[in-house]
Amino acid sequence: MKQLFTFIRKEFYHVFRDQKTLLMLFGLPIAQIILFGFALTNEIKNAKIVIIDYAKDRASAQIIERIEASKYFEVDKTLISHREMEAAFKEGKIKMALIFPENFNYNLLHTNSNQIQLIADASDINTATTLTNYMSSIIMEYQNELMKENLVTMTIVPEVRMLYNPQLKGEHTFVPGMMAMIMLLICVMMTSISIVREKEMGTMEILLVSPFQPLMVILSKFVPYILISLVNVTSILLLSWLFLDLPVKGSILLLYSESFLFIITSLALGLFISINAKSQQSAMFISLGLTMLPTLLLSGFMFPIENMPLPLQIISNIIPSKWYYIIVRSIMIKGSTFVAIWRETLILGVMTLFILIISLKRFKIRLV
Amino acid sequence: MSDAVIITDKLTKRFGDFIAANELTFTVMPGEIFGFLGANGAGKTTAMRMLCGLSTPSSGKASVAGFDVYTEVEKIKLNIGYMSQKFSLYEDLTVMENIKFYAGIYGLSDQEIADKGMALLQQLDLEKESKKLVRELPLGWKQKLSFSVAVIHKPKIVFLDEPTGGVDPVTRRQFWDLIYDAADKGVTIFVTTHYMDEAEYCNRISIMVDGFIRALDTPDHLKQQFNAKSMNEVFYALAREAKRSAD
Amino acid sequence: MNAIELNNLTKTYNDGSITAVDHLSFDVKEGELYGLIGPDGAGKTSIFRMLTTLLLPDEGTAKVNGYDIVKEYKTIRNIVGYMPGKFSLYQDLTVEENLNFFATLFGTSIKENYDLIKDIYIQIEPYKNRRAGKLSGGMKQKLALCCALIHKPTVLFLDEPTTGVDAVSRQEFWEMLGRLKKQGITILVSTPYMDEAGLCDKIALMQSGKILSIEKPQAVISNFNEKLYGISKGNLYKIMLDLRKYEQTVSCFAFGDALHLRLKSNADDNVSNIKMYLKNHGYMDTEVKEILPGIEDCFIKLLG
Repeated sequence: MKQLFTFIRKEFYHVFRDQKTLLMLFGLPIAQIILFGFALTNEIKNAKIVIIDYAKDRASAQIIERIEASKYFEVDKTLISHREMEAAFKEGKIKMALIFPENFNYNLLHTNSNQIQLIADASDINTATTLTNYMSSIIMEYQNELMKENLVTMTIVPEVRMLYNPQLKGEHTFVPGMMAMIMLLICVMMTSISIVREKEMGTMEILLVSPFQPLMVILSKFVPYILISLVNVTSILLLSWLFLDLPVKGSILLLYSESFLFIITSLALGLFISINAKSQQSAMFISLGLTMLPTLLLSGFMFPIENMPLPLQIISNIIPSKWYYIIVRSIMIKGSTFVAIWRETLILGVMTLFILIISLKRFKIRLV
Repeated sequence: MSDAVIITDKLTKRFGDFIAANELTFTVMPGEIFGFLGANGAGKTTAMRMLCGLSTPSSGKASVAGFDVYTEVEKIKLNIGYMSQKFSLYEDLTVMENIKFYAGIYGLSDQEIADKGMALLQQLDLEKESKKLVRELPLGWKQKLSFSVAVIHKPKIVFLDEPTGGVDPVTRRQFWDLIYDAADKGVTIFVTTHYMDEAEYCNRISIMVDGFIRALDTPDHLKQQFNAKSMNEVFYALAREAKRSAD
Repeated sequence: MNAIELNNLTKTYNDGSITAVDHLSFDVKEGELYGLIGPDGAGKTSIFRMLTTLLLPDEGTAKVNGYDIVKEYKTIRNIVGYMPGKFSLYQDLTVEENLNFFATLFGTSIKENYDLIKDIYIQIEPYKNRRAGKLSGGMKQKLALCCALIHKPTVLFLDEPTTGVDAVSRQEFWEMLGRLKKQGITILVSTPYMDEAGLCDKIALMQSGKILSIEKPQAVISNFNEKLYGISKGNLYKIMLDLRKYEQTVSCFAFGDALHLRLKSNADDNVSNIKMYLKNHGYMDTEVKEILPGIEDCFIKLLG
C-alpha cells in the first residue's frame, strides 16, 4: 500500500513540475468556454434575415418595425419566391426567414388567432434556436400589446421550421461536446505519453524488474489525471453556468458519476495506445487520430448523426464519446434521470471494461 | 599568431551566478589537432557551443576562422563542421541521402555532391551500403560516416564532441586515421574525448576544471610538468581538484 | 554455487534475421565481479535484458541464483539490482525523491539499507534537493547505482554504467564496485572501455553476439603469445602509415603516445630490423622496444 502511495506521489510530482503542460490542462477548458461565449454573442448581433410580407397590412408593418428596431437583426424586405429563399439559405446569405401570410391583419382581428412562418437555418443549431427565440419574444410582445388595446385574447402562433436539421437535436450542444473533448485530451493523451516516456527514459525497465505489480504502475498513472479531469468538469460546469447561462438541469451527482465512468474509458484508451506507441510523439499522434478526430466528426457534437450516410452512422456507435455526449446532453439540457440514460451508460460501461481488459492483458511484463 | 584559426581572449559564459566558462584564453593553429579535455560538467560543452556560434558569450572576445563570435555567427557556421556523439546523421535516411542532404545544405553543386559522395564512400569502404538506412549500420561505421559528412564542405575547423564513445578499439583507431588524414589536409581538429590514450594523439591539449583552463600544452610537456607517466595521471591530478559537479 | 548460469542462450530479432546473442554459455560465481567487454552491438544489452527477465530467450536457458529466468521471473525480480544502459532516472524528481521512490518500490527504505549505499550516497548527498536532470554524468551514475542497490540485491547487473563518463568518475565508480564486491554482491558489468577490463575478476570478450574468450584478465594477456613492439617519438601518424607497408607487419595501431606493432614472426632481431626499416624511410631517432600487451591489444588480436 505504501508502495502505491509513493508511486502516486511520484506521478503528481511529474504533473505539477511540468508547469507549461499543467497550465494548458487547466487553462484549455476555461479558454474554450470563454472564446465560445464571445463567439456566440457576436454571432447573434445583426443576423441577416429576410422578411416576405404577403400581407402588407397594419399588423405586419408594426411587427416589422419592431424587428428592425431590435439590434439582433438586419432585415431585408423583399418579395422573393420560395425557391429564391432556399437558394439564399444554401449560400449562407441569410440565417432566418419570416413569412407573413396574406390577409394577416384581417384574419387576426376576425378570428383572434393567426399563424406566422419562421424558417431558420438549423445547420448552426445554436444560432438558429437563439434567433427563433428572439423572434418569438418580439412577436409575443406585440401580441401582449394587442391584448391590452383590444381587451381580447389574440394569439399569433409562430410556426417554426428548422431547415437542414428538422429534429433540432440538442440545444447548446457545445458544452457536453467539449467536456468529452477535454477529458479525452487529458486522459488519453497524457496517460499514453506518460507511460511511453517511462519506456523512453529506461525507467520502465527498472519498474518491470522490481517486484512492484504492473497493475499498480497503471493505477498510479491514472490517479492524477482522474483528479485533473474532475477539476475540469467542475470548471466547465461552473463557467457554462456563469458565462453561457446554462445550468445543469438534472442531477449533478449523476453527471459526475457518468463523467467518472468516461474518464476511466479515456484512461483505458490511453493505456491501450501506450502499449503500441514507440515514442512520445507517436503516442500523441495516435491519441489525436484515434480519439479527438472521431469525437469531433462522429460523436454528433459537430454534425448531427442523423444526417450522416448510413455507414458512418453505424461506425459512430463504436465511438465512446458519442455515448458520453448523449448522456451529458440529456442530464444537462433535458434534466433526464438515470432511467432515461441507463442504456447509454451500459454501453459505455461495457466498452470501458472491454478496452481495459484488452489493455491489461496486452500490457507487457517484459520488453517487446 | 594572426593566422590562428581560433583565438579567444577571456571568453566567459555565465548562467545567472554560475560561471560555466571562465576567462578562457587560447589560440589554435591551422591543421592542429587540439584536444579539449575536462571532467563532466567542467564547461567543455559550453565553450564549444560558444565557438560554434550556438551560444552568445557573456563577455570576452573570440574569433573562429577569422570571424567574430558575436557578430559573424553565420559566416562561422559556413566555415566549420560539427559532429557529436548524440546527434550526427538521420537514422531513417540512407547513407547516400545523408551525404546528399549535408552536402546540399552547405551549398555544394550537384556535380560536387556526386563526386565527393562517391569518393567518400570509397574511402570508407561503404559503397555496398550506400542504399542502406543509417540505423542499420554498426555504431563505428556511423561515426566514421558522420565525421566524413562533417568535413564534406572542406571546413577550416571541425568540432568533434566525444566522437568515439562506445566504439570498438579497431574502429576507434580507424576513426583517428580519418582525423589525421583531415588534419594533414589542413583542417583544424577541435576534439573532446574521455579516452586518455586519444589525448596523446593530439598536438596540444587543454584541460578544463570547474570552468577554467588549468593546463594547455603538448602531451609531452604536460607529462613533464605534472611529473606523470601518462595523460591519465595528468588528468587525474587536475580533475581530482574539481569542486563542482553539475553541468 | 554459481550466481549466474547461461546455457546456449540465444536471442534473435526481426524474425530471426538478426542474431544478437548467439548460443552463449558461461557461469558467474557467487561474489565475482564479471565483465562483459565489447563494442556497441556485441549483444551485451540483450544478455542483460534476458537475465533480468525483461526479454525471453529464443533458445537456451539461464539461471540467476538458481532461479530460471523464464519460469521464476518473479523471484528473480525480487533479488536483482539492475542499471540499464540508457537509464536516466526521473529527471524532474530530486536526488532524494528518486532514491526514496526506488526504495519504496522495492519495499524498503533508505534508512534500512543505508550502510550499503553510504559510501556512494555521501558524495551526492550535498545535492539531494537538486533535480536529477541537473546532475552531471558522473553524479547521475552514482545516483543510479544507489537506486539499483537500495534493496540490497544479491546480484547486480550494470549495463555500460561508465559510458560517457569522464576518466576520474569512471575510476571512482570502479572503486565503488570493488567495495560492493567485498560485501559479497555478485556483479555482472559491461563496458566498451578496455582499460576497465583489468579491474574485473573475470572477463568475457564479446563481438557480434559471440564470445571471443573468457579468462581472468591476467590470463588474457598471457595468452597473447606473441611479441609486441612499441614505437615512440617522431611523427607517429606518418610512421604508422609507413609501418603498415612493411612486409613483416600484421597490424600497426596507435596506442596513446606509442604505436603497437605486431609482426609475422617472433624473431629475435625484429627490433633492429624495424629500426633499420624506419631509418631507411627517414625516421632517425624513433624508439623501438619490445613491450607487454594490454587487454586492448588482445582484443584487437582476437578481432583478427
